[in-house]
Amino acid sequence: MEIDIRGPRFGAALTLAVLAIAFFTGSVWVLALQTVVFALGASRGPHRSPYGIFFAKVVKPRISATKETEDSRAPQFAQAVGLVFGLIGLVGGFSAIAPLFYVATGFALAAAFLNAVFGLCLGCEMYLIIKRFSRTKATVEA
Amino acid sequence: MGALGLGLLLAATLIFGFLYRAKRGRVHPAKPLTGEAVVNPLDLSPLTVELGSRGSFIQFSSAFCTPCRATRLLLEGVAATNPGFIHHDIDAEAHLELVRRLHILSTPTTIILDRNGVEVGRASGAPKRDDIERVVASLR
Repeated sequence: MEIDIRGPRFGAALTLAVLAIAFFTGSVWVLALQTVVFALGASRGPHRSPYGIFFAKVVKPRISATKETEDSRAPQFAQAVGLVFGLIGLVGGFSAIAPLFYVATGFALAAAFLNAVFGLCLGCEMYLIIKRFSRTKATVEA
Repeated sequence: MGALGLGLLLAATLIFGFLYRAKRGRVHPAKPLTGEAVVNPLDLSPLTVELGSRGSFIQFSSAFCTPCRATRLLLEGVAATNPGFIHHDIDAEAHLELVRRLHILSTPTTIILDRNGVEVGRASGAPKRDDIERVVASLR
C-alpha cells in the first residue's frame, strides 16, 4: 500500500522522544510502551500503528497534500527491526542486565534519530543484508 | 544513563548521519577486489544483459525500497538523454547469489559499466546526479 512518506518520519520523531525518555530515566516500562507500538507497526503496518493513526487524524489534515509516497512494506519492515531491538532491551531491563537494556534502547534511539532528522531508514537498509544471510542458511541446509 | 549518556549518544548519531549522508549516493571508482586491476568485464551470470555502446547502469533494487524509485527515475532519464547508455533494473532478491558475489549490501546499488562491460564505478544509495553525469562524460 502507498502511504505518505512523512507519516513514518513523524512516527520516528515520536519514537525518538519516547526512547529518549526511556534511555534518560532507565524506565523499562517506557521501553515496553514503545515496543508495543513497534509490534503494532510491524504487524499492521506503520500507517495503522498508534503514531500512524495520530499522523493521519491530527497532523495530516493540517499540512500540505501528499507529494511523495512510499510502499508501506519498507517502514513496516523497519518497525519489525525496531521490535527486535525493543524486545532485547526489555529482556535486559526485566532481568536487570543494564548494559543490554541501554545498548538495545540506544540502537533503536539512534535509528529513530537518523530517520527523523535525516530521513534515513536504517531498518530498511538492513533488508538486503538480512535476506542475504537468511538465504545463505537455507542453501546450506538444502 | 542520564543526560550525559543521552547527549553523547545523540552527538555520535548526528555525526554518523552527516557522514552517511555525505557518502551515500557517491559514485566510487571501481576497486579491484582481487588485487588485479579491473580490466575484465564484470561477471553478471546467470544474467545476460545488453550493454550500451558507451556504458550501462546496472541497478540492483528490492521490491519495496523507497530510494530505488528515485534511482530508477534518475538513471532512466540519463539513459534516455544520453545515446549509447542503457539502464537495467535488477531484482536483488531474485539474484542473491549474484548479489553476494558482487558484494552488494543494500539497495539500491548501481554498478556502472563501460562499453566492454568492465566496472568503472558504483554507488550505493540513490546516486548523486553530478556524479552520474561526470561518469557519463568520461565514457566515450
